[in-house]
Amino acid sequence: MKNQLFMTMVLFAIVVAGCSNNTNSNNQVQPVSNKIELAGSDTMSQMVSNIAEAYSKIDPNTKISVTGTGSGAGIASLINGEIDIADASRTIKDKEMEQAKKNGITPTEFIIARDTLAVIVNKDNPLSKISIKQLSKIYQGNTSSWKSINGNEQQITLYGRQTTSGTYVYFQEEVVKGDYSPKMRNMEGNQAIIDAVRQDKSGIGYASAGYIVGENGKLLDGIKIVSIAKDEKSEYISPLDVSKRASYPLSRVLVQYFAKTPVKGTPIYNFLLFELSSEAQDIIKKSGYISIYPEDKAKNDITLSGLG
Amino acid sequence: MGNSKNLKEKSIETFFSSVSIITLLVMIGIFVFLFITGIKAFSEVTFGDFFLKNIWNPNSYGKPQWGILSFFVGTLFVVIGSMAIAIPLGLASAIYISEIATPKAREIIKPVIEMIAAIPSVVLGLIGLLFLSPLIAKIFGLSSGLNALTASIIVGIMALPTIISICEDVITSLPKDFREASLALGATKWQTIRMTLMPAAMSGIMAAIMLGIGRAVGETMAVLMVAGNSIAMPHSFFDPVRPMTANIAIEIKEVVKGSTHYNSLFAIGLVLFIITFLVNLISDIIIENHTRKYRW
Repeated sequence: MKNQLFMTMVLFAIVVAGCSNNTNSNNQVQPVSNKIELAGSDTMSQMVSNIAEAYSKIDPNTKISVTGTGSGAGIASLINGEIDIADASRTIKDKEMEQAKKNGITPTEFIIARDTLAVIVNKDNPLSKISIKQLSKIYQGNTSSWKSINGNEQQITLYGRQTTSGTYVYFQEEVVKGDYSPKMRNMEGNQAIIDAVRQDKSGIGYASAGYIVGENGKLLDGIKIVSIAKDEKSEYISPLDVSKRASYPLSRVLVQYFAKTPVKGTPIYNFLLFELSSEAQDIIKKSGYISIYPEDKAKNDITLSGLG
Repeated sequence: MGNSKNLKEKSIETFFSSVSIITLLVMIGIFVFLFITGIKAFSEVTFGDFFLKNIWNPNSYGKPQWGILSFFVGTLFVVIGSMAIAIPLGLASAIYISEIATPKAREIIKPVIEMIAAIPSVVLGLIGLLFLSPLIAKIFGLSSGLNALTASIIVGIMALPTIISICEDVITSLPKDFREASLALGATKWQTIRMTLMPAAMSGIMAAIMLGIGRAVGETMAVLMVAGNSIAMPHSFFDPVRPMTANIAIEIKEVVKGSTHYNSLFAIGLVLFIITFLVNLISDIIIENHTRKYRW
């Protein structure tokens, strides 16, 4: 036993020594490279990774890391000074803005893309359309059976995201307009909700349309997208209907918050310009999202010109 | 010559004692940090609200709510469920390995069981999410298999190696005289195991169970992936649960340092720490008593 302990100690010492040696030699050989750290929206992570990959071909010296932790988590990391850019599928809350300013950070907002949020059910569910009001009742837990919705004698199983998610907050503000039912199952990401609804005939969930349309542009198997109307009198619209996209009730902006105002000539500024370029906007479309609207571009331009 | 040997001895001694002091300091440091951060929560949340209310909703539309009772019950569900699986299986395997298996079988089975401990919990969580939970839903006719039962099975599997290896050690270490005396009196093998070895090993088995409970209380990743994580109070094993560990893991990412939410999560951490500390302490006391009783 004592011998074992000693060996472990020795091993540990060797490992520690090895690590410190490595970092030393690395520092001497390579110049310090530029690093941009992004974290936040799970919805945006794949899309932003694709953009970052394309950018690294233009500027190989800048290392960009993207993690999908949820919009709320990304904004919290930004406030805590841990990252350079926060991806968010919702806009920053007043409370968060205050906390940021208290920490000496003034987040600068840019609209990177647009996204539609789709409400999904199992493919065997006869439901094809639903109003925001009905959805609100379902997600608050006031409507607990499918009977009044599609005639099936079946309990509704709710799937939603974790509180860290921007999609959670967006759906709460636009649809639920109250507290979520405590019985809702909180899933880790868009994909987890899709997988759960695929297996659950009584399930209902929401996910970014970017996750629901596969790479070939086809709808994923096993799930069904429900058309949505603002109220019973309005038209029911599918998020996949490109011609009516502007009037789809759950269309939102995907934004980024920069911890420091990007200064002209810095890698982070160049990366921002690239994200807004037509090349990056094409990548956004290919990733299943919508490129920014003219009014978004106008807003971005004002912010950009304000940077000096 | 003798001097340098002395010096070597001394330096090795100093090395080991300083390492153990560092470990101790780290341990105390963690506790102090946890305590100071966690206790701050109670300047804004009352003890009664925290421990006795069953709704936790920091991002509520109305007033934020900070009750951890349903998380505590969630943890309890997972602990009871996982132990109901791990104790019988673990004890049976330990008896088999120490008393019944041939030396060759033992050589194969022991390392294989210990390998379960080497499986990262996220991998078990993945198996639970993609394989076990649909299976559970099918077997019990549920709409979703993400519930306390699935979490209990996964955690039960994780606690198995701890319980098996400690029980096996305890049973093997019982004096040979016990078996010989029992067999000499005409008892069968099963009677010997049941009436002689089990009572003698009972305190060690209890300690193993305690350590298994500690594992179940502290497990996070796998539970987070398969438990469903609803904040509602669970009423049966088919309900989704959110144990205390899972809640910390889910929400620590979004909190801003120093906020009430942040402090409250640390307060949950403090509760968890105290629970596992007590569980470990009890098992230590039991083991100590056991070794004192059978020191020959």
